[in-house]
Amino acid sequence: MAEPEKKPEHYTGETLPAWSLPAAASQEIGIGVEWPERVTADWALGGSTGAGVRVCILDSGVQPDHPLVGELEGAVALRKDDEGQIHVEDDTEGDLCGHGTACAGIVRSLAPDARIFSVRVLGAGFKGSGAVLLEGLRWAISEGFDVINMSLSTTKKQFSGLLHELADSAYFRRTVLVASAHNMPVESYPWRFSSVISVGSHEEQDPRTFFYNPSPPVEFFARGVNVDVAWVGGATVRSSGNSFATPHMSGICTLILAKHPELTPFQLKSVLYLIASNVGGRK
Amino acid sequence: MTDNNLQAAVSAGVMSAENEHRALLQSIVEVARAIFSAKASSIFLHDESADELVFEAVAGEGSDSLIGTRFPSSTGIAGFVLVTRQPLVIEDLQQDPRFARETAESTGYVPKSMMSVPLLHEEGVLGVLNVLDRSEKIEFSLSQMELLGLFANQAAIALDLLQRARHARAVLAESGSDAGVVSRLASALEGLEEEQREPALRLLAALDDVLRADVAF
Repeated sequence: MAEPEKKPEHYTGETLPAWSLPAAASQEIGIGVEWPERVTADWALGGSTGAGVRVCILDSGVQPDHPLVGELEGAVALRKDDEGQIHVEDDTEGDLCGHGTACAGIVRSLAPDARIFSVRVLGAGFKGSGAVLLEGLRWAISEGFDVINMSLSTTKKQFSGLLHELADSAYFRRTVLVASAHNMPVESYPWRFSSVISVGSHEEQDPRTFFYNPSPPVEFFARGVNVDVAWVGGATVRSSGNSFATPHMSGICTLILAKHPELTPFQLKSVLYLIASNVGGRK
Repeated sequence: MTDNNLQAAVSAGVMSAENEHRALLQSIVEVARAIFSAKASSIFLHDESADELVFEAVAGEGSDSLIGTRFPSSTGIAGFVLVTRQPLVIEDLQQDPRFARETAESTGYVPKSMMSVPLLHEEGVLGVLNVLDRSEKIEFSLSQMELLGLFANQAAIALDLLQRARHARAVLAESGSDAGVVSRLASALEGLEEEQREPALRLLAALDDVLRADVAF
């Protein structure tokens, strides 16, 4: 299992008081990134392969030897025992249905050198999937992944408060949570929270094209229609849904973070806005 | 159970709700199939106690034999949609040999494409609506996903009604109350052949006269 890694040294957030900034400190508060006069897609992710960025696929597991997925950094599965206790264990089963493998394959297609890790929270016999999902997310945040791809959500209101806390905690710990918006008009979480990057689908075929939505809660639209995705058994299927738009956005975040590891989730979101196809990315 | 609940349960139980709700579900899958020019469409109910998916309505291929067929809730694409509560559209399913074999074994029919959408009601998921092998002339678009979602809402409401009616009948079947007796009598009457039903109805009409006369005194 991969060990958690320390955040970059210039991450000064924990050494500053949370509630105020003394006058003397105002000169010391560096943002750790040289912003160009104009942020372009080329500045943001040009030439990036996602090298070094740790991406977590919180899903149904990932088939490790799939040609479109390549090498996995590690894989764990969450298991609920008879007493309702949830355990995190090494995953030996891979993907039980194909969904997580599809998501991992999409991230890999955009960011070939990303370090992909699977956390299985869905699969056979998960009746209380909300609780398992919550624990899986908690574990992934504690591991300090750079990007967590969540092509899933829960409709259970009882989990929304805890999920909200977890989403905010990820945001402050520099873990970018990329979450699927629901395809249907229902209340579900965590994609509705402003601390995550929420993703819906557009119908274009370019995997790097994405749009900023000025009418949230869905903030970005990425490729999610007629996508050729990796499937279990080494197969490929053509599939549609926000589940597949989300890893496109995760892949784009991965490319940016590989080139600019100092970016906070807030800064990353700002960069995404500036290079979105309907803002500065495509004229 | 309060008197009001019992009254509602009796009402639902004696109105042959099962057949009507089944007809509604059937109508939904027939229309879904027609709109998407599909080979088949089906609705699964999630039986939580058994953790299984059950075919409740089928239009098109396999419609004769599948109603009531069960399989584990984590099976295949419908199972995944149930768990993730996200719609999923998959083409070229036959490329997945595991899927093709499992489906063929359970239904005798292997689709090439599938649109699968969860039937969400309040905070829960009641089942899954599937549309199999829509016309190849129609390339999938987001507007189709929206249309499918609208059908799913309708199907979820119908499925909720069906489940409520079944629950009410189960309550009545266990109930030793007067209302339970009346409900069981109505159900038994409905199940009789014509030649038995007519005399039974005459008997009940006579009983009705006696009871009314009693009230009049």
